Amino acid sequence: MYAYVIRRLFSGLVMLIVMSFATFLMFFNGAVDPVRYTCGKACGVPGVLERNRAMLGYDDPVPVQYAKFVKGVFVGRDFPDDPALRKSAPETIARCDAPCLGYSPKENSTVTSMLAERAPISASLAVAAFIMWIAFGVGGGIVAALYKGRWPDKLIVGTALIFYAFPTFFIGLFLYKFVAIKWELTPQPVYTAFTEDPVAWAMGLFLPGLTLALFYIAGYIRLTRSYVIEAASEDYLRTAKAKGLDKRTILWKHTMRSALTPLITLAALDFAGLLGGAIITETVFNYQGLGKLAVDAATTWDLPVTVGIVLTLSTIVILANIIVDVLYAVIDPRVKLA
Amino acid sequence: MIGRAHHAPSSTVALDAPRDESALLRVEGLKVHFPTEDGLVKAVDGLSYTVPAGRTLGIVGESGSGKSVSSQAIMGLHRGSRAQVSGNIFFDSTDLLQIGDEQLRRMRGRDIAMVFQDPLSALHPYYTVGNQIMEAYRVHHNVSKSAARTRTIEMLDRVGIPNPDKRIDQYPHEFSGGMRQRAMIAMALINDPRLIIADEPTTALDVTVQAQILELLVGLQEEFGSSIIIITHDLGVVAEMAHEILVMYGGKAVERGSADEVFYTPGHPYTWGLLSSMPRMDRARLERLRPIAGNPPSLINPPSGCAFHPRCPFMDEAKYHCVSQVPVFNPELPHPVRCAIPEGERHVIFEQKVKPSL
Amino acid sequence: MKAQRDGQEPILRVKDLKKYFPRKTSGVIRRPDSPVQAVDGVSFELYPGETLGVVGESGCGKSTMGRTVLQLLEPTAGTIEFKGKDVTGAKGRELRRLRTEMQMVFQDPYGSLNPRQTVGSIVGAPFAIQGITPEGGVKKRVQELMERVGLNPEHYNRYPHEFSGGQRQRIGIARAVALQPDIIVCDEPVSALDVSIQAQVVNLLEDIQNEFGITYIFIAHDLSVVRHISDRVAVMYLGKIVELTDRDTLYADPQHPYTQALLSAVPLPDPRKENKRDRILLTGDLPSPINPPSGCVFHTRCPKYRTLTDTEKKRCVEEVPLPRETQAGHSVACHYAESTNLAIV
Ligand SMILES: Nc1ncnc2c1ncn2[C@@H]1O[C@H](COP(=O)(O)OP(=O)(O)OP(=O)(O)O)[C@@H](O)[C@H]1O
Ligand SMILES: Nc1ncnc2c1ncn2[C@@H]1O[C@H](COP(=O)(O)OP(=O)(O)O)[C@@H](O)[C@H]1O
Ligand code: SF4
Ligand code: SF4
Ligand SMILES: [Mg+2]
Ligand SMILES: [Mg+2]
Repeated sequence: MYAYVIRRLFSGLVMLIVMSFATFLMFFNGAVDPVRYTCGKACGVPGVLERNRAMLGYDDPVPVQYAKFVKGVFVGRDFPDDPALRKSAPETIARCDAPCLGYSPKENSTVTSMLAERAPISASLAVAAFIMWIAFGVGGGIVAALYKGRWPDKLIVGTALIFYAFPTFFIGLFLYKFVAIKWELTPQPVYTAFTEDPVAWAMGLFLPGLTLALFYIAGYIRLTRSYVIEAASEDYLRTAKAKGLDKRTILWKHTMRSALTPLITLAALDFAGLLGGAIITETVFNYQGLGKLAVDAATTWDLPVTVGIVLTLSTIVILANIIVDVLYAVIDPRVKLA
Repeated sequence: MIGRAHHAPSSTVALDAPRDESALLRVEGLKVHFPTEDGLVKAVDGLSYTVPAGRTLGIVGESGSGKSVSSQAIMGLHRGSRAQVSGNIFFDSTDLLQIGDEQLRRMRGRDIAMVFQDPLSALHPYYTVGNQIMEAYRVHHNVSKSAARTRTIEMLDRVGIPNPDKRIDQYPHEFSGGMRQRAMIAMALINDPRLIIADEPTTALDVTVQAQILELLVGLQEEFGSSIIIITHDLGVVAEMAHEILVMYGGKAVERGSADEVFYTPGHPYTWGLLSSMPRMDRARLERLRPIAGNPPSLINPPSGCAFHPRCPFMDEAKYHCVSQVPVFNPELPHPVRCAIPEGERHVIFEQKVKPSL
Repeated sequence: MKAQRDGQEPILRVKDLKKYFPRKTSGVIRRPDSPVQAVDGVSFELYPGETLGVVGESGCGKSTMGRTVLQLLEPTAGTIEFKGKDVTGAKGRELRRLRTEMQMVFQDPYGSLNPRQTVGSIVGAPFAIQGITPEGGVKKRVQELMERVGLNPEHYNRYPHEFSGGQRQRIGIARAVALQPDIIVCDEPVSALDVSIQAQVVNLLEDIQNEFGITYIFIAHDLSVVRHISDRVAVMYLGKIVELTDRDTLYADPQHPYTQALLSAVPLPDPRKENKRDRILLTGDLPSPINPPSGCVFHTRCPKYRTLTDTEKKRCVEEVPLPRETQAGHSVACHYAESTNLAIV
């Protein structure tokens, strides 16, 4: 098992290297000159372009830039990148500690610190959504399966479908503008750090979390329902019945164990995806999470930030995949990690 | 190990004994119908038989003839599904179709146990073999975990699993097919049930393993004195195991008799077909096999009259009401046969036309 | 049909065929581990028009052997000669031509047919793959084939799920026969079928063999069916052929202890005979083909072995018994092969 994890981590690392290099090639060697996006109107001033280029190190060949980037990830680096510039203006030196993912001249900040600032917001949203969609999605799916073909089943599946049919931004806007602001049914969805006030944190997350969850719930209801129904028709459940077990044991010990296992993969990967930010929800509720950061960075061609986000997300997804596989082997004795 | 296999004792006893009085299980007019989109599937349609205490009944018939569905009805495994079950199933004097769910649940596994065809899919993949057997014991016995564990190891040992104290903590996929079936048998026997229903217990196994399992079942029956219903489509298996044999066709019993009667003086044209269509190792090799023509009957729109008539080579000869009337099957008779041809004539046909080519 | 072997050249000659499936260790750096020795040194000859039955326990390598002979799997070692020509490792055009001459019928009548293809296109597929247009067109030929195997040609456009198990097996047979191959490997073609349907399909296979002069390798675990259909029978155990002889000899005078156990394990549909019979029970399970036992692979379960003296036992454990002819045309891979009376007939 350890050997397996080490092997997987290693191949994940290789994947990250390949991906980051590819991203580098794409962004820094593409049709547009990235320096053009570092200065806006000021770019017209003679010398600014050249200065910024040297400051960010964009004047080096791509492999050299990549090497510096990798070095930055592990030991950190200083900006301006050009030693001559640093010497001439020591007061402008910005230290970018490891893991340094680059420097955004637009925000005048290191990418790492920007990510660190935004990540808790996205993570909080993801957690809130996750709790709700698992509770309602999996719970609803189980109930629907138990009442298969009868009214609770139809009601649950039908309601979920209705929510699923509305676009996320519509549901988000509705909850925000009407439920929270106009009717004042819930507290204002404002982000408060958990460390500051856990209760406010949870209250603030309710509506945006629900918005996100509603998108997932329908799918989880359908999947859970079909997994439970499928598990209930397995031969080994007939055996459980034939042993004289009571309904509760049959349902919780025998059916659920096999029905819910495959959901783990999906739930973990969906959760990992959400950790990287939920663009629409964050925009609607004006949450300054990673999704919003990504959109802003993309629209303003803030390339270091974009690269940083891409790499962070890939790392999360790769790690989530490894965790899921290990978890699976723990739950299903037939799965051997080798 | 070269040894004498255990064998069913001579089957004449059952003939003399009054069938119904001593019966542990009495199935009367059992019907199991499934409403489906295509129509009502009459999987079992008026089935009656008895199983005396300590005896083995073999049920044979082609796939889809209702063997499994009828035996699952005994255990009440159709409860809670859309299946429509009617008739009577008396176990001792309790009608299993009438009692409440809870009362039936307490009998399942304790009085009546079941061994299924494919032991890999019949065992839960996520729990150890020991866990599943212990569970079967503890649900009917108020004992501690360690007592249940001791008893489970004992049973695993009894069914011939080596190193039972280690094997008990392994998962089904770590067992071979034969060992899984042994574990299933241990699970079925752990509560010392009075009736064991084995639904194709060896169909998924190799002949060498099948021989071991059948030997085990016969030996355990002698030891524990339980009754067994063994369901199979392999006539060799019933010949080895069963005192009495029930032949099913299209959801109905078409013949029932002692093993000797069914093998040496079979009465139903379908039984004749079954016996003569299979290649046999113990007879001179035939140039050509003699299959039963046609296909199994539809259970939604079964053929009118005798369900076997579209495939029956003796229908014309009979000049009876094969097509218009369902022939009767009188379970009170010692060797009932569901065929419109009177017994005497059938006997002549068998002796003259069928037996010489068997 | 009894093969006329005297003076006849075999159509297929398989020599020391091996098929190992590689495995890897589970360490941080994965190295090749001892492989699964699914087929381990199998040799036999196949004569035109005969049926060679292959029997043995599940997992003993029957299917793998069949697939390797057809080059659906690449052999690890050994040679396959087809009509006197070494075709081992044939590639490209040669392999394609070979495929027209050797076909396969599979066990599972449900899994082996594509559910989204009509019967017509399934049976006609070999023509399409080989780029052959039969006389009168593909459809006409396919309908002839369907008729020949007892299917209604009007069902040309139906899908597999609309047919019963026996009918599906007929579809598989029609597909295999389409290009009039010389050899068909039948892998458990009737195992999933009921007795009466099984008899229909067996008869069909025999008729087709007589009509087209096809040679069969017939893999099955049902010893009665194999006896009915085969001219010669090979018994496999753990990747090896342990006994090979003509059908009547094998069933009347089996000489390998494993064959004897196998035959005596078959329950006879005759209660009185069953009562009188001695049964040789094997203990334990088939050993793993990853670490097969030393010497004679059967020695861990061999009933004969237990009756031997210590020096004799030593030979079983240390020396691999090679197939030897105990009499003309009867080869047995056992140091101490001898006849026994199983009281089957
Ligand atoms: N692709 C594969 N990779 C690894 N091992 C394999 C593979 N295919 C087959 N084997 C192994 O090779 C051995 C022989 O398998 P094979 O399918 O030939 O058996 P068989 O005699 O046809 O059995 P059955 O009667 O169950 O069909 C088995 O141990 C099997 O697990
Ligand atoms: N739940 C079900 N719904 C509809 N038909 C069923 C159901 N279970 C079994 N059947 C049908 O009942 C018939 C008898 O089945 P079964 O008893 O399993 O046959 P066998 O004799 O092979 O054991 C078959 O045609 C089968 O398809
Ligand atoms: S009743 Fe008629 S059709 Fe049915 S088995 Fe008897 S002779 Fe054949
Ligand atoms: S060689 Fe020895 S172990 Fe092998 S089959 Fe013969 S007697 Fe048995
Ligand atoms: Mg069945
Ligand atoms: Mg196979």
